[in-house]
Amino acid sequence: MSEEIKVTTPLDDEIVKQLKAGDSVKISGYIYTGRDAAHKRIVELIKEKEDLPFPIKGQIIYYVGPAPAKPGYACGPAGPTTSYRMDPYTPFLLEKGLKGMIGKGLRSTEVIESMKKNKAIYFAAVGGAAALIAQSIKKSEVIAYPDLGTEAIHRYFVEDFPVIVCIDSYGNNLYESEPPKYRK
Amino acid sequence: MREVTTTQITNKIKELFLEANYHIGSDVLDALKNALEEEKSPVGKDVLNMIIKNNQLASSEELAICQDTGLAVLFVELGQEVRITGGNFTAAVNAGVENAYQNGFLRKSVVDDPVFDRKNTKNNTPAFIYTDIIPGDKIKILVMPKGFGSENMSSIAMLTAAHGAKGIVDFIVDTVRKAGPNPCPPTVLGVGIGGTADKAMVIAKKAIARPIGEHNLNPKYAQMEKEALEKINQLGIGPAGLGGTTTALAVNIDYLPTHIAGMPVAINVCCHATRHAFGEI
Repeated sequence: MSEEIKVTTPLDDEIVKQLKAGDSVKISGYIYTGRDAAHKRIVELIKEKEDLPFPIKGQIIYYVGPAPAKPGYACGPAGPTTSYRMDPYTPFLLEKGLKGMIGKGLRSTEVIESMKKNKAIYFAAVGGAAALIAQSIKKSEVIAYPDLGTEAIHRYFVEDFPVIVCIDSYGNNLYESEPPKYRK
Repeated sequence: MREVTTTQITNKIKELFLEANYHIGSDVLDALKNALEEEKSPVGKDVLNMIIKNNQLASSEELAICQDTGLAVLFVELGQEVRITGGNFTAAVNAGVENAYQNGFLRKSVVDDPVFDRKNTKNNTPAFIYTDIIPGDKIKILVMPKGFGSENMSSIAMLTAAHGAKGIVDFIVDTVRKAGPNPCPPTVLGVGIGGTADKAMVIAKKAIARPIGEHNLNPKYAQMEKEALEKINQLGIGPAGLGGTTTALAVNIDYLPTHIAGMPVAINVCCHATRHAFGEI
């Protein structure tokens, strides 16, 4: 694994091209949350050529449905959810300029091909490390679809949010390259 | 007859769901610490370190270990000499679940209709309750907040006698291989063999709660657990699926008599946040 890299959102092609699978990255700036229900609505808007709830170009979407925050905390426990459920929607968002996704677990061939074409990164966060990850979320506000509860789109301000580049914009994929090294 | 009020039940259920969601069992934490020592991958070690730190933080600050605080699954053993007073047992359980999830800062993850509306019930009910009637005048309760990242990787196969123990071990290992990084490895696998298709999955789910390090009392089944765990940890999937030698912490097999024509095998997958709590009224 290479040494730690700090990036600030929004991302551009220059930053994206430098990030390689296996890089340990700390993200700062604004990121947006979205999971199944929010993705479904965003893709409906894209298909109807309507405005999106936030300017998606250069942004990162974090696949998460946080737990409620206790008083005194900026955000409740907020670890990644499994990403494949977003796969049917993801290429539409990448075409609109989405540059990063944070989640956990496998992605489809269609998503990886679209990431290569549109220059985007899939970051892995550690599933089940929700309370720890939430410490790097300094501000949280719901910016769209409050009716969806935990699935609403939140805008987080994060500082040194810990992730690993899991699939880079060249299609290198840690889920494929790493397990064989430890297989017996 | 011993009387137990629905208020006692509601209070106990609330207490157990909070405990399970905030405090990881010492057996799980010890297994993670052992895994950290044994793990060969540097990234795998980083991941295990984060998981252990997260569990310690969640426990000390009473935060949910994982944001997916799960469906509320319960295994209840109801003593036949208990008389429940003051209302409806199921309603009392659901009130306890609602109370824990509303007041304990736990996520509400239940949708009312799985296909069409998918509207959140906003209180994490209904609970999913399995009840057995047992002798005695106590109510024994096992609660299990069950996350769906791992639940979605569960699998069932209606094998036949000809598949034998080898066929079962292959099916377990294959299920874990296909799941890859999705269920938040290192996982705990509950395996139910025998009974009917439905009953096999129920005992598989309950087997997840067996303390890590305890094995099936039948040495032949204990041997299958050992073999399956070894093979799983040779897959290389590793912590968070980023490569490594720790892919599962335990394989817990339970079995039941079954039909002459069949050998159902159900695998219920659980993430490293193997959350559960026991209580008695």
